[in-house]
Amino acid sequence: MNAPHPDRHPDRQANPQSDRPATPARRLVLVTLGLTGLLAVAVAIAVSFGAAAVPLWQRLFLGSAWSEAQQAILLALRLPRVLTAAALGGLLGVAGVAFQALLRNPLADPYVLGVSGGASLGGVVALIVGVGGLGVPLAAFIGALVSLVAIERIATSGGRLTVLTLLLTGAIFNAFSAALIYFLQSVASREELSAIVFYLMGRVPSSGALTLVGLWAAGVAITLALFASARDFNALTTGEEGASQLGVDVERLKRRTFVLGSLATALAVSSAGLIGFVGLVVPHLLRRLLGPDHRLLLPAAFLGGASFLVLADLAARTLAAPTELPVGVVTALLGGPFFLLLLRRRGAGFAGSAGSRNSGGSGG
Amino acid sequence: MAPVADTVAETPPLLEVRDLSVAYGTRLALDGVTFRLAPGEVVGLLGPNGAGKSTLVRAISGVLTDDSGSVKLRGDELRSLPRKEIARRIAVVPQEPRFDFPFTVLEVVVMGRHPHLAGLAFESGHDLAIARQALERCGALHLAARPIDQLSAGERQRIVFARALAQQAPILLLDEPVSFLDLRFQVELFDRVRELAEAGTGVVAVLHDLNLAAEYCDRIVLLQAGRVVAAGSTTEVLTYKNLTAVYETEIYVDLNDLTGALVVTPLSSRARRRLLQVSAGPPELPEVPEPSGLPARAADGRPATP
Repeated sequence: MNAPHPDRHPDRQANPQSDRPATPARRLVLVTLGLTGLLAVAVAIAVSFGAAAVPLWQRLFLGSAWSEAQQAILLALRLPRVLTAAALGGLLGVAGVAFQALLRNPLADPYVLGVSGGASLGGVVALIVGVGGLGVPLAAFIGALVSLVAIERIATSGGRLTVLTLLLTGAIFNAFSAALIYFLQSVASREELSAIVFYLMGRVPSSGALTLVGLWAAGVAITLALFASARDFNALTTGEEGASQLGVDVERLKRRTFVLGSLATALAVSSAGLIGFVGLVVPHLLRRLLGPDHRLLLPAAFLGGASFLVLADLAARTLAAPTELPVGVVTALLGGPFFLLLLRRRGAGFAGSAGSRNSGGSGG
Repeated sequence: MAPVADTVAETPPLLEVRDLSVAYGTRLALDGVTFRLAPGEVVGLLGPNGAGKSTLVRAISGVLTDDSGSVKLRGDELRSLPRKEIARRIAVVPQEPRFDFPFTVLEVVVMGRHPHLAGLAFESGHDLAIARQALERCGALHLAARPIDQLSAGERQRIVFARALAQQAPILLLDEPVSFLDLRFQVELFDRVRELAEAGTGVVAVLHDLNLAAEYCDRIVLLQAGRVVAAGSTTEVLTYKNLTAVYETEIYVDLNDLTGALVVTPLSSRARRRLLQVSAGPPELPEVPEPSGLPARAADGRPATP
């Protein structure tokens, strides 16, 4: 009951008297390297499986050559899709951390602040109007930007962005977009309807080279831009006034975070529809493993989110082959129970030290 | 608003609040407050609930935007300074610090170094050493690795004080810094405050405990309904007349025979009844314990134990 101190971050058990504690900079390098390795493994596994097997390890370790068909599948089909999944997962993970920091609530996800509603509405309109190809993601992105600007305007009064108003505005935008989407569904033809439903459930597209480069560049840029505010986010956990008294320009930080997080969400939703749970479960799990320091969390959430969505998309492609499951269904099926498990473990962690110590190990 | 004619002092004061007013809606929380703080001085902000003490602390720390009047730090208008510069000059110990995420105690104290770090920089070994030193001064180094959200309210209060120490600012604002501390830690915390003052820090402390204020403050600013009703040395301000008027309850002030400290005693209704009985003059005065009577009473307390 009264254990001296339940330790929720096993790898942070630095001896307080030790002369050389693991500094945040050292831990950042270790975490980044470790998770980059994880992502590389996830990508290697994901490109190896599918309708046709392209076993990467045979090529790497046994020196056996691929057939031309295998090479074509790998380069033209699978790698672009896997790398798209990675970029989108990274964007969602980072957006989750950003909004959790902004709202000072670990249960926030990329979709709470309303931009996703505008994006899906834009995409659905494009599907109904019948623009093909890049028209749908473009329309979705425009929808997201319009709602971003509108939400920011509405939630600002007297030059200040109020977090509570932001949250309420976002909820209303989401509800309003959902109502409009239901309306459009009710007047859509049968084919349009099924296209809309699948779009909304989330599916990782196989992007062209240009889109792929764009998504990765945006993902890395947004992560770095948020990372530049990481210490400010740490201070913000003590409240807006507390952060201000520690020297943080809170108004600027809130605005920047809302815009950057919303851009990440907009890119993800407009490319792939509503893929749930990535932006909630990944930051949450990483916070449990690494602690709440945003200097670690932000890069970790990008790499962790990327790995998670790569594997979830692999499951979506292969579990019910030859049919493909919507990846949003897979992330929800994996993420939901897993998240509940985390919450249960956390309950145990508050009561005593033993439970939480175990959860760190089994979580990874 | 006041003309800048009376700038006589060669070096501007550490902190100068002039004609500061703050309105929450239509209610004036502060109404023309003026006071100064010099280096090495501990100023107590006293006053009843709702007098505007916490509002004054918030205004001085620059988190209120729609105040009128002027707050100057070493002659620089507070509003013209960037947030980081303000935090380098003023460290705040808030009344109710909140911690929504499980940072360790050391991480929280290191946050005090935030205003000294540029952009993306990670804190150096030097910053960590300052943080540890601050914890040690507060007798809390053994808590360094504990998650802050698992500490008691009193422990958290000491950690936040340590964070303010790590901030190494020339001005320290304390808003009810000992509300959750037992007597030992109250005394220890204010002993640290006095040490800081002796080293040149200017301290403004909001206090409810008038005895602590009497013991540790050099000057008192007494607030009522947003106005300064008395300001001056502790003996000037802490009087029966001032306190009884401001707190709207009878408050006696005398000197402790042993320590020579001012002792402030609010008159409880029980004490009032005792006084009335005394003035009515019944012969049954409570027995005055003789010096030798003390051990006897202690033995009375536990009769059955050897």
